[in-house]
Amino acid sequence: MDQTLKADEIVREVKRAGIRIVVALPDRMTSEHLLKPILRNPDFRVLQVCKEDEGISICSGLYCADQRALLLIQYTGLLDSMNSLSRIAVEGQNPVCMMVGLLGKEPGVPPAQSKRYGLRIVVPILDVMGIEHHLIESSQDVSKIAPAVERAYANSMPVALLIGREPA
Amino acid sequence: MMKRDECLKVLARHRSNEIVVAVWKAAHEWIHISPSDLNYTFVGAMGQGASHALGLAVGRPDKRVIVLDGDGSLLMNLGCLVTIANAAPRNLVHCLCENGVYETNGSVAVPGAGRVSFTGLAREAGYAKVYEFSLLEDWDRALDRILKEDGPIFVDLKVEMGEDYPEDFRRLYSIQHREAFRRALKNA
Repeated sequence: MDQTLKADEIVREVKRAGIRIVVALPDRMTSEHLLKPILRNPDFRVLQVCKEDEGISICSGLYCADQRALLLIQYTGLLDSMNSLSRIAVEGQNPVCMMVGLLGKEPGVPPAQSKRYGLRIVVPILDVMGIEHHLIESSQDVSKIAPAVERAYANSMPVALLIGREPA
Repeated sequence: MMKRDECLKVLARHRSNEIVVAVWKAAHEWIHISPSDLNYTFVGAMGQGASHALGLAVGRPDKRVIVLDGDGSLLMNLGCLVTIANAAPRNLVHCLCENGVYETNGSVAVPGAGRVSFTGLAREAGYAKVYEFSLLEDWDRALDRILKEDGPIFVDLKVEMGEDYPEDFRRLYSIQHREAFRRALKNA
């Protein structure tokens, strides 16, 4: 099994999902090979936010304007955004599509079994909130992205795509 | 100082087909003063009104978006001023109903009430234009121009509580009204 995660494959899949707007706050795990190329890519418009919960609202406004978007953040920002995530994304039925870097996750270890407390609680929290999530850790996982985004928009519900290793 | 509902009535008279994002007390008042399917009250979490408005303004650059924010709300999400100025949507008018208190939560004073300069914060964040009004006639006189200018524009409205309007949070966050908004915007 291919244990690498290629940033250009992720970008291709994001485009395949019809996303041309990325709302982002730099995450050390994804900024070098994912966010920076997206910032240089004329196919995308990037809206940089000062705090991750702004992004949940911006994506919701974009949804009402019939525009798809991706919120690219670190898991710490996800944890910091619980109120907006529960009230706006889940209860407000907004298809907020989040790509979340799991900075510090041990390769090959499921997030819920990480030695790091902050990482270990991410998946149980998403489960209890009823938010669909997928671990994107190898090239085989990348093909999950576009269908997950399609489901989010079809069902008007958020989805979290958890980036489990630094894309190359 | 202006009564907030009187201030909103002036805006309603100048409104044509703008999207209006309203939060908390202003939202309860606005849906009675200027009913429209292009009213967006589905903000969900305190402080987030201007961020929803930014998404709408970027998604529909052909439509003018007005947000009726509160000072307690804006203090909860001050970074949005920098985010909005950086994104620089020309079609966004960010109105602040500054009353100095958390009116929905017992009218306790906001931190820095009367000392914080919201126009100063917006100006230094990089808003294209910044205004402040405390008299209805000045607000009335300037509105037509403001609604045509390139933004992002920040308007600090010095207000106090006016008439009492019924609170209906279920209406503000109703999914049915959100879907009606989406349909109306698609056809607008």
